[in-house]
Amino acid sequence: MVLNVGPQHPATHGVLRVKLKLDGETIIEAEPIVGYLHTGIEKTMEAKTYTQALTMTDRMDYLAPMSNNLVYVMAVEKLMGVEVPERAQYIRVILTELTRINSHLVWLGTHATDIGAMTMFLYCFREREKILKIYEFVSGVRMMSSYFRVGGLAKDVPAGFDKRVKEILDTFPAKIDEYESLLTENQIWKKRTIGVGVISAEEAINSGLSGPLLRACGVNWDIRKANPYCGYDKFDFDVPLGRNGDTYDRYKCRVEEMRQSLRIVRQALDGLPEGPYITTDRKIAPPPKEEVLKNMEQLIHHFKIWVDGFCPPVGDVYHSIESPKGEIGCYIVSDGTKKPYRVHFRPPSFINISALNKLARGRMIADLIAIIGSTDIVLGEIDR
Amino acid sequence: MLPEQIKSQLEKDRAGDFESIQIIRGDISAYVRKERLIDLCRYLRENPDLQFNFLSMITAADYLSRRKKRFDVVYSLYSIPNHHRIMLKVMLDDGEEVPSLTALWDTANWQEREVFDMFGIKFSGHPDLRRILLDEDWIGFPQRKDFPLTYEMPEFSHNRGRTELLNHDRKTESF
Amino acid sequence: MGIEKIIPDGIMLTSVEKAVGWARKSSVWPLGFGLACCAIEMMSTFASHYDLSRFGMEIMRPSPRQADLMIVAGRLSVRMAPIIKQLYEQMPDPKYVISMGACASCGGIFNNYAIVQGVDKVIPVDIYVPGCPPNPEMLIDGIMKLHRKIQNEKLKKA
Repeated sequence: MVLNVGPQHPATHGVLRVKLKLDGETIIEAEPIVGYLHTGIEKTMEAKTYTQALTMTDRMDYLAPMSNNLVYVMAVEKLMGVEVPERAQYIRVILTELTRINSHLVWLGTHATDIGAMTMFLYCFREREKILKIYEFVSGVRMMSSYFRVGGLAKDVPAGFDKRVKEILDTFPAKIDEYESLLTENQIWKKRTIGVGVISAEEAINSGLSGPLLRACGVNWDIRKANPYCGYDKFDFDVPLGRNGDTYDRYKCRVEEMRQSLRIVRQALDGLPEGPYITTDRKIAPPPKEEVLKNMEQLIHHFKIWVDGFCPPVGDVYHSIESPKGEIGCYIVSDGTKKPYRVHFRPPSFINISALNKLARGRMIADLIAIIGSTDIVLGEIDR
Repeated sequence: MLPEQIKSQLEKDRAGDFESIQIIRGDISAYVRKERLIDLCRYLRENPDLQFNFLSMITAADYLSRRKKRFDVVYSLYSIPNHHRIMLKVMLDDGEEVPSLTALWDTANWQEREVFDMFGIKFSGHPDLRRILLDEDWIGFPQRKDFPLTYEMPEFSHNRGRTELLNHDRKTESF
Repeated sequence: MGIEKIIPDGIMLTSVEKAVGWARKSSVWPLGFGLACCAIEMMSTFASHYDLSRFGMEIMRPSPRQADLMIVAGRLSVRMAPIIKQLYEQMPDPKYVISMGACASCGGIFNNYAIVQGVDKVIPVDIYVPGCPPNPEMLIDGIMKLHRKIQNEKLKKA
């Protein structure tokens, strides 16, 4: 029997369609069909300047918007050879790790609700409000902040930032313990997730999986440790690994990642240096207003940047970082003008969901919902 | 291994596979001959020093009339044990086919379908080459440079009822 | 529709209209139809900080046959447009549509080949809520305007 789990479904986390071939209630083949949210972001970015195109990157993986901003901005900086000052790097790390916690909270809330533990939805979104207040404090927008710029940040963080982040650091560990006390040793949770959606390490590498899906199989690969970027080598944190590659191990990996993110934020906040928040190269970063009003050369720089935009040298580059979903990469081709010639994002969710058939074959329909939840997909990133 | 060491090893052992190897912005990037692609990828995966066992990304770029050969298919390989990365590129004309990597890595399946959907580049040996992000009956390949962006003019009081679809031209910037 | 079938022709019924309007607005059941980023703000509105169940909208029905309100939250792509039309036609009367966010109202920042420039090109819309994404408070304001509209709706022979 062929059953269509349609684009409009409460548990598919967006507009994902899955075509199932069933034998009774056992799945013989599960084919995901994507493309119902295709937005043409990559082509639209070719029509905008580099700074304007940054706003479109927020809308791809909309649960972790600052992570997308970071990969795009770092790829352009690599292309241009720009040095980012240390204060900007530390603040980027703090906000990116808070984004990771944000994304994992939404994952936990929706995954637990799909399986039946509906209270988790309310608890996780309650914690999420605190992090969204930090985003609003820093950039003015709750979700799509576009706060990073090529060379640093858009503005410096306002006074009171470290007090607010410390509040989160003090209250969060108790909340994560609360979630674990509800789910980790729960008999129903264990019966629904242990042994469900198992994949071996070789198959996972062959299928291109990355992030918590790969680490739950026991493969130790985290880009923050393997190819450190943005100052991550200064911080001390562990990378949680699983053993069996099933849904329960993925759950444990992500909850432990939340704790490690808090550890990184604490270290970054304690060591936050003073200094400029954006590079001093005036061809890329707009000069401060006092200099513009008094100095002719700075006025010309201001004019050129806001009317034209900066032009990177000709070439192409690929840079990747560890987003909450896996390895996100950005491939940029520049032809020397102020608009990118070609931008492509390597989407972790697109590649993770392509392995759905391997994960779900031989299981029952109810397990399919648990498996889709544990792959942690975001349709905006799959369809771009 | 550092990019310079990888480059010298590849120049020594497999010089016939490449048209050029360069180090751009600290990363190794090479143009590969189309017919040697699968052999080279197998060598890169199995060589004990290199061990490029993870296919990160397959994409393409359209250089329309700036170059003789129009398309560039770009592959990015990564080595999980050794933490190094290499970028391979293949130059293609319009209508040329490139061998598919689905025999070596399963992840190539969906990524090559996406390149076919967006650019129209066919991969020979692919088990199931059809559109993935757009409708099955869509005409045209959006990511090509001669496919227009087609935007709609916003409606004001002076052009009410007469907003039509326009094409965005890279030279003008009325955006 | 239910009550319109039993009222005889040619009679004005103001207090019955007010009662029916009050009953309809206090128990609007939304259809869970989140497409993209605005769906996350819609989920935040349903969560405990900006509680929507105090307006009677606690139950988010997954099936269109049991819902009255469709909140189109997110960008509508050309491939998804026939599906949203089918869902709208499956909803029973009286039905209302809120177009949430800039992409659903007018195409938003995506002015290109793949996005329908406004959901009202496909289905009729009652309330437009701007924003990218709109604050939960803005969405609640839109819903309260819709409640006022439902309250003042006249009963007419179907």
